[in-house]
Amino acid sequence: MATRERARLLAGACALLALVPPLAGALDQPFYVELFRRIMIFAIAAVSLDLILGYGGMVSFGHAAYLGVGAYAVGIPAVHGIEHALVQWPLAIVASALVALVIGAISLRTSGVYFIMITLAFAQMLYYLGISVEAYGGDDGMRLPRRSVLGGPLDLRDPVIFYYLVLALLALVLLLAHRLVDARFGLVIRGARSNEPRMRAVGFPTYRYKLVAFVLAGAICGLAGALLANQTEYLTPDFAHWTRSGELMVMVILGGMGTLVGPVVGAVVLLLLENLLSGLTASWQIILGPFLVLVVLFARRGLAGLLAGAAPAGG
Amino acid sequence: MGEVLLEVRGLTKAFGGLRATDGVDLDVLEGETHAIIGPNGAGKTTLIAQLAGDLRPDAGRIRFAGLDITTLSTPARSRRGVARSFQITSVFRDFTALDNVALAVQAHAGHSFRFWRPARAEPALREPARAVLESVGLGARADVPAADLAHGEQRQLEIAMALATRPRLLLLDEPVAGMGLEESQRMIAFLRTLRGRLTVVLVEHDMDAVFALADRISVMVYGRLIATGPPEAIRANPEVRQAYLGEDLPS
Amino acid sequence: MTALLVVEQVLNGLQFGCTLFLMAAGLTLVFGIMNLVNLAHGSFYMVGAYLAIALTRWTGSVALGALLALPATLLVGMAVEAVALRTLYERDHLDQVLATFGLILFFNEAIALLWGRAAIYAPIPPALAGHVELLPGLRYPTYRLLVIAVGLAVAAGLFVLVTRTRLGMLIRAGASNRTMLAALGVDVRRLYTRVFGLGAALAGLAGLLAGPIYAVQPGMGEQILIQVLVVIVIGGIGSIRGALVGAVVVGMVDTLGRAFLRPLLSAVLSPTAADSAGPALASMLIYLLMAAILAIRPQGLFAARAGA
Repeated sequence: MATRERARLLAGACALLALVPPLAGALDQPFYVELFRRIMIFAIAAVSLDLILGYGGMVSFGHAAYLGVGAYAVGIPAVHGIEHALVQWPLAIVASALVALVIGAISLRTSGVYFIMITLAFAQMLYYLGISVEAYGGDDGMRLPRRSVLGGPLDLRDPVIFYYLVLALLALVLLLAHRLVDARFGLVIRGARSNEPRMRAVGFPTYRYKLVAFVLAGAICGLAGALLANQTEYLTPDFAHWTRSGELMVMVILGGMGTLVGPVVGAVVLLLLENLLSGLTASWQIILGPFLVLVVLFARRGLAGLLAGAAPAGG
Repeated sequence: MGEVLLEVRGLTKAFGGLRATDGVDLDVLEGETHAIIGPNGAGKTTLIAQLAGDLRPDAGRIRFAGLDITTLSTPARSRRGVARSFQITSVFRDFTALDNVALAVQAHAGHSFRFWRPARAEPALREPARAVLESVGLGARADVPAADLAHGEQRQLEIAMALATRPRLLLLDEPVAGMGLEESQRMIAFLRTLRGRLTVVLVEHDMDAVFALADRISVMVYGRLIATGPPEAIRANPEVRQAYLGEDLPS
Repeated sequence: MTALLVVEQVLNGLQFGCTLFLMAAGLTLVFGIMNLVNLAHGSFYMVGAYLAIALTRWTGSVALGALLALPATLLVGMAVEAVALRTLYERDHLDQVLATFGLILFFNEAIALLWGRAAIYAPIPPALAGHVELLPGLRYPTYRLLVIAVGLAVAAGLFVLVTRTRLGMLIRAGASNRTMLAALGVDVRRLYTRVFGLGAALAGLAGLLAGPIYAVQPGMGEQILIQVLVVIVIGGIGSIRGALVGAVVVGMVDTLGRAFLRPLLSAVLSPTAADSAGPALASMLIYLLMAAILAIRPQGLFAARAGA
């Protein structure tokens, strides 16, 4: 996807998302503010996964682990009376980065099937760790005493203020990712995905670049985790469950991987679909399952790919 | 021709019971084009792989410009000045030809932990890349995705990427493999222009290429180096003729 | 902590290891020979458990139910292979991961629709419901001994299969070089179907044996699947020997860790600290073990071929 086209699509997506609160207000459906805020938080997580999966070719099946780390980085300090966002959220980012550093350092020494299984296993390890620590709720999880405090007019208890804050963070993440993939670093990651032996033969020590990308993606996802804890006001180790990692991957693939706008679209479509289907039947996953198989078999380039195919190139 | 640039001593690599490289000693002089020939299965590609850093030898030593590089990783060797082309074309298929070469330039232009400025807008990367593409004859194809290039053009791109890293030593693994007569003659003519400016180690089956380019030739059979010398000496060597029994060496 | 308690936990570890082995053996072959990441392997475990319960209710006999459940699971496995997975062999791992993830969702919901989400009861035949006195003072459940016996018997059977039969030879060849096998004119499709069916049947066997010991509920396959993946990573992809060694090691480390880490820690830490650190560390043990082994041998202990 060409840089200008992507920039336009990203800006368009953010503009559309900015319209949700006024529209919801006009329709007297405040629920949609909650829903789309949740969608945007997952979009941040999905974009971070797209960096390493779509652009980097690293099939990490444990990305939801950082949602968990970020969430508990908000929850645990909150229980001990530390409620300021400017303490909790950087903590979420740093903690996730450190966890990603450890997991990545080990996993990136492998590739292929091993890499997928190992990232899955490590994420699940964190999930079991979360379950076993009774002090913070264990299996049942814990309630967030109070949403993160930002001070001044930025009161997260106001749904619309919280919404626009999340939108601003999403826009920031998209901007950074948009520049990153065309910068020197981004080209190294993309080259390593395209042909890693060639990259090494030409002189790039690819391991360290992939590790940095892995850590960056984990850190951004940790921020999403911190936001998610504030969104649901209840944290459980389920945030890190591997099926959650699977959902993130579906968002990226469904929307179109390696496009940045794809994961945003994928988050919107998947969560709207889940919302719609679960209203129809409690067994909505029985529809989603085969749907996924069909997407994989027939729509590999995702929705963004279909859109790009339909519209004429350039413009 | 000058000092010994690449010195290989006692290089050995075995796969199970098979000794692909059996105590190879080799000196490559600076500025020379040194061809390595031998029947199929002689171990030429395994040798190149060890020189490039893809395979660790079981025993022996490789010295490059006086430095022991035996255990050095492939990227580290590239940064020291060892470049290679692959036997089976290996380029970045989803990038344009210019992007391909620019990446090679980027690898040797400082670190790549830059996250904001588009790399495609850096003249320090694009200009040298364009120049190298011109020099191998691909100037007009700079904006074509590598996957859309003809086979021969992709081989040229391989060489361009290797040259863009400004190496002292160029390892070429069958550079004219799969090329038609006209294409391979163009490639040979181009490689001739490198003579003296670069040190080249060349693995080839195409004898026309070998005799047109080589200053010296080494012959490998069953993992051992059985002869080294100027082309005429190799042509006349009875052991070599026997190893190539049935093959015609051009006179 | 008495010696008898330790022996009992060692046996539990061995029994868990045998369960893991039955699943790991099939999965490592599917990974190694067909290069297929099949996350839905755990679904066959679940299907085996549920089919055994259903067939037991239908026939009135636990033994008959179990015996029928095996070929039934085999058929389910082969059907899944033919319908959904055959197109995935040539695809990249990402596609396989997503498609089999979709299968998991489907199977879990299908089972939930048919039998509900709550855990159901898997009966033990009266003959096996008792205990055996292995040592003076050590009475061990007969059923668990059966699981160990079956596990070891299958291991022996697989070794015979792999080393002495033609199918086994094809399996070993395929594990080390798949493309060569096809190039030699072997009917690879038939081989794949048979290997996949064997793997599904073994997983079903593990499931029906595990029913009375662990909970039978939708999603039970995924819980054990993660641990099976750890076994395969440790043992090396494509190696049955690796699956056995890995399974026993993981089974022991996990069981003994959960049983003894807290008491051991309370000898050096305060009781409250040991109470939280113990279970936390125990749940992480097998992953730490996996990380340690990977640091030394990234391809696992007995990899059939280097790289994946």
